[in-house]
Amino acid sequence: MRDFNDDGLSRRKVLECMTWVGTGVLWGIAGGVPHSLGLIGEAAAAETRGLTFLQISDSHVGFDKPANPNALGTLEEAVGRINAMPVKPSFMIHTGDISHLSKVSEFDDADRIISQTRLDVHYVPGEHDFLDEERKLYRERYGRGSKGAGWYSFDANGVHFIGLVNVVDLKAGGLGNLGSEQLAWLEADVKDRAASTPIVVFAHIPLWTVYPEWGWGTEDGGRVLELLKRFGSLTVLNGHIHQVMQKVEGNVTFHTARSTAFPQPVPGTAPSPGPMKVADDKLRSFLGIASINFVQGKERLAIIDTPLQG
Amino acid sequence: MRTTLRNAVIAASLGAATATLVAPFLTAIILPVSAQNAAQDAPGAVGIDNFTFNPQKLTVKAGTTVTWTNKDDIPHTIAAVSKQFKSKALDTGDAYSFTFTTPGAYEYFCSLHPHMTGTIVVEAATGSNAAQ
Repeated sequence: MRDFNDDGLSRRKVLECMTWVGTGVLWGIAGGVPHSLGLIGEAAAAETRGLTFLQISDSHVGFDKPANPNALGTLEEAVGRINAMPVKPSFMIHTGDISHLSKVSEFDDADRIISQTRLDVHYVPGEHDFLDEERKLYRERYGRGSKGAGWYSFDANGVHFIGLVNVVDLKAGGLGNLGSEQLAWLEADVKDRAASTPIVVFAHIPLWTVYPEWGWGTEDGGRVLELLKRFGSLTVLNGHIHQVMQKVEGNVTFHTARSTAFPQPVPGTAPSPGPMKVADDKLRSFLGIASINFVQGKERLAIIDTPLQG
Repeated sequence: MRTTLRNAVIAASLGAATATLVAPFLTAIILPVSAQNAAQDAPGAVGIDNFTFNPQKLTVKAGTTVTWTNKDDIPHTIAAVSKQFKSKALDTGDAYSFTFTTPGAYEYFCSLHPHMTGTIVVEAATGSNAAQ
């Protein structure tokens, strides 16, 4: 079994962690340094200065298999929790797999529920959102004003946000893929920005190599880090793997959010990354409501709730 | 191997359409055999289980129709590296078929989960029955 800590990269001055939190993860940015405030619901009351925003991911609306026969229902519950937060986030990002099969009805249902947050939502697509023949449905709904397959950037409170697409033109045997056109756009997008600008990059598949045996990584993700290494604060937010993993390395924080739909196994602990069936009364804890104290038994996976350190 | 033998037989019967000289002889003998087996165990069947094509490498005779069936709870696709064929997304229980007429090695993968790869090796119809 391969261990995702093996890759040298992650061991240097690194805090490896894995926590079982969030339906959504609330991020606060104070003094230019993003830090996770933890699970929504408990994080809500934290005193934050400046910008706060929310990340949700992997709604998989339309999924109805044993791992969660009602993925729309759990999305609805997540939205209920967001709406109950005493501090309203400035906006939300959704890191893809909004739908399970890219059906119009699935996107309709997702929009109906997510819009109840009354938040602006910035989307990037997951592979499940591009299953229609011409990949039109996602782009017409969520991709207006974006480039290529749906990448774009925007600014909020002095932070530069970059939404990337790494789920198209995947190569046999490979991982997620950004492609040269998108990387050239990224290079131009950040060229004239001051190195002091905090950068938040979000994409569906992890941009760092989590577990290549399951395709959990991005072939040319390293190029993003090269292009952004001069920035003093870089936060990389992803979904796709339906569990929270965080890696802090130097001034870079990598973080994956949980799904609102169903859990997937810890790398290497199952024959495949397919939906993980857990006891019915445990499902919601895996989706993040009450299991923040769940600790993966081994020390290398200790829970960490630490702000980004330089 | 049983499957391989049956594939050879069916490939020969399919080949009969073009090899007119031997066609009557072949169809007369072979049809009952293929009819007997086709229903329960198609000659070119590839299952998709646990994000894996099973078998990962399948050898068939030219003319064989290969059918992939998705048994996972997650959609997959069948995409030739050469782009000669590509399925739509297959939901649980969905199947996709492609008929291989030309010998060669056909590499394919799931375009959604590209670490899933497989190969169909297509051999010429058996020597004695091959079109002359």
